[in-house]
Amino acid sequence: MQLDVQLKKQRGDFQLDTSFSLSGERTGIFGPSGSGKSTLMNLLAGLTTADSGHIRLDGESLFDSAKNINLKPDERRIGVVFQHAHLFPHMSVRKNILYGYKRTKTDNRLIEPNALFDVLGIEPLLTRNVITLSGGERQRVALARTVLTCPRLILMDEPLNGLDENLKFQIIPYLNRVFSEFRIPLLFISHSMLEMRMMTEEVLVIDGGEIKQHIGTESLAKTSWDTDRKGYTNLLSLGKSTPHHDLFSYRWGNTALILTEPGLVEENLFELDAREIILFKRHPEATSARNLLKCKVKQIYMSGNRARVELECSTSTLIAQIVPESVRELGIQQGCNVIAAIKASAFRRIF
Amino acid sequence: MLTLSPQDIQAIGLSLKVATTATLIATPLGIGVAYLLAFGTMRGKAIIEGIINLPLVLPPVVVGYLLLLTFGRHGIVGKALSNLDIQIIFTLTGAVIASAVVGFPLLVRSIRIGMESIDPAYAKVARTLGAGWWDSFLTIILPLSVRAIFAGMTLMFARSLGEFGATVILAGNIPGITQTIPLAIYEYTSTPGGDSMALTLCLVSIALSFTVLLASEAATRTLRKR
Repeated sequence: MQLDVQLKKQRGDFQLDTSFSLSGERTGIFGPSGSGKSTLMNLLAGLTTADSGHIRLDGESLFDSAKNINLKPDERRIGVVFQHAHLFPHMSVRKNILYGYKRTKTDNRLIEPNALFDVLGIEPLLTRNVITLSGGERQRVALARTVLTCPRLILMDEPLNGLDENLKFQIIPYLNRVFSEFRIPLLFISHSMLEMRMMTEEVLVIDGGEIKQHIGTESLAKTSWDTDRKGYTNLLSLGKSTPHHDLFSYRWGNTALILTEPGLVEENLFELDAREIILFKRHPEATSARNLLKCKVKQIYMSGNRARVELECSTSTLIAQIVPESVRELGIQQGCNVIAAIKASAFRRIF
Repeated sequence: MLTLSPQDIQAIGLSLKVATTATLIATPLGIGVAYLLAFGTMRGKAIIEGIINLPLVLPPVVVGYLLLLTFGRHGIVGKALSNLDIQIIFTLTGAVIASAVVGFPLLVRSIRIGMESIDPAYAKVARTLGAGWWDSFLTIILPLSVRAIFAGMTLMFARSLGEFGATVILAGNIPGITQTIPLAIYEYTSTPGGDSMALTLCLVSIALSFTVLLASEAATRTLRKR
């Protein structure tokens, strides 16, 4: 996918003025509310018209003010999944899902509905009434409805926002499966760093109607200090666990991690706050922490009285957040070896 | 006492004919105008709305007189039509036009309120799913406002059954041609000894209106179930 955008739009006091090119398959548009994310999405989908500029997708002009081109939303083949699923209330789940599919040219129907239903686990929902679906189910149905039109690009506007706080991330594995299985380019709009890291490879940071940065998602997460009160969060994708006394052991690269939480399915995502990792210069004789990992320091980032130490452990990376005084006292520098101690209970399940 | 003369039966038939025709003709237009008022972003929306609602607040006699001026032999429309040998005043067509104009605001108001309660995002979603404007209108907006449309039609039909002021001026009170139930009742009440005949037609009028209300209620309930 190749998307070239240069747009200007004045809306009251707010001005959107962006220019960017994208070729990545999974890109995020990241910014606080009111930064112009949704305006940009509406312009790309053709739901509102820009004052000037152009949008080109894979060489085709969707909008060009100079050439007077402005394709209608139904001609753009850009799918949109809105914040609230907006399932049509007067149609059954099945009719909702097939609404776009029926309107897609036979040549463009590249996705077999039943294959998609399997991936999204939608089969049991098909006969249900739309109003009886839960928030997560509604979003899955809305996604299926959009994916079946085989769009050239899917825009997702804060799709996790309306979902129950405890369950919202359960939809992530479904999303990941759909986008990797059917290879549809994704533009994911959100103000949550955690969601960005789970869904995208690179991000456009937008603020005040302007693109401020175009950066890899992980690099942004490692170097941003104030977007999240929690600081940096390590995300660990782990497989099925095996019992280890009354705890649970997971394979992680070529070492093992001990957690208090069991992993009953193949895909488990845990978060680990960078401040929960304690670094030792030498292997401690005894400690209550269940995980002692031999690591090599890859890099150190400083900001004020905080320091992030990027560690290479077996085949993966972890980030520990400590204070500069500790960095000096322990003599931590690039390339030196340390031991990271992590409590079994420090890992929190995301899904 | 409760016997209907052939003239009464004609009046009932005419009433139903006028109300049905006026409602059916006005409905497509009413849907269009209601859509513009509910979703349109054009300037002067308030003025358009005012003009449409005017017959609701004006005395029907005034509406009838304005229609007479328009459709009369020397009126703007009347002159053009008389060249085509079409006459509006003192005909059933005149009665239909009078009913349609007076009932139109009720129809539009009901449909507009229904359409305004539809989240505009539904139509946007349909567009991004590949539906053109007409497609999204016919498959999303129309089905979601069907109850409001039906309610508006009922209201207009009932209003047309009772239309008197505008009709009597534009179409006159000609038995068998333009005399509907209200006009017949009016004639009975102004004739000595016509009281019982008037009462009979009043009862018919009540029965008709009540039937319309019941039918509308039943229809709304089935639509809600769907």
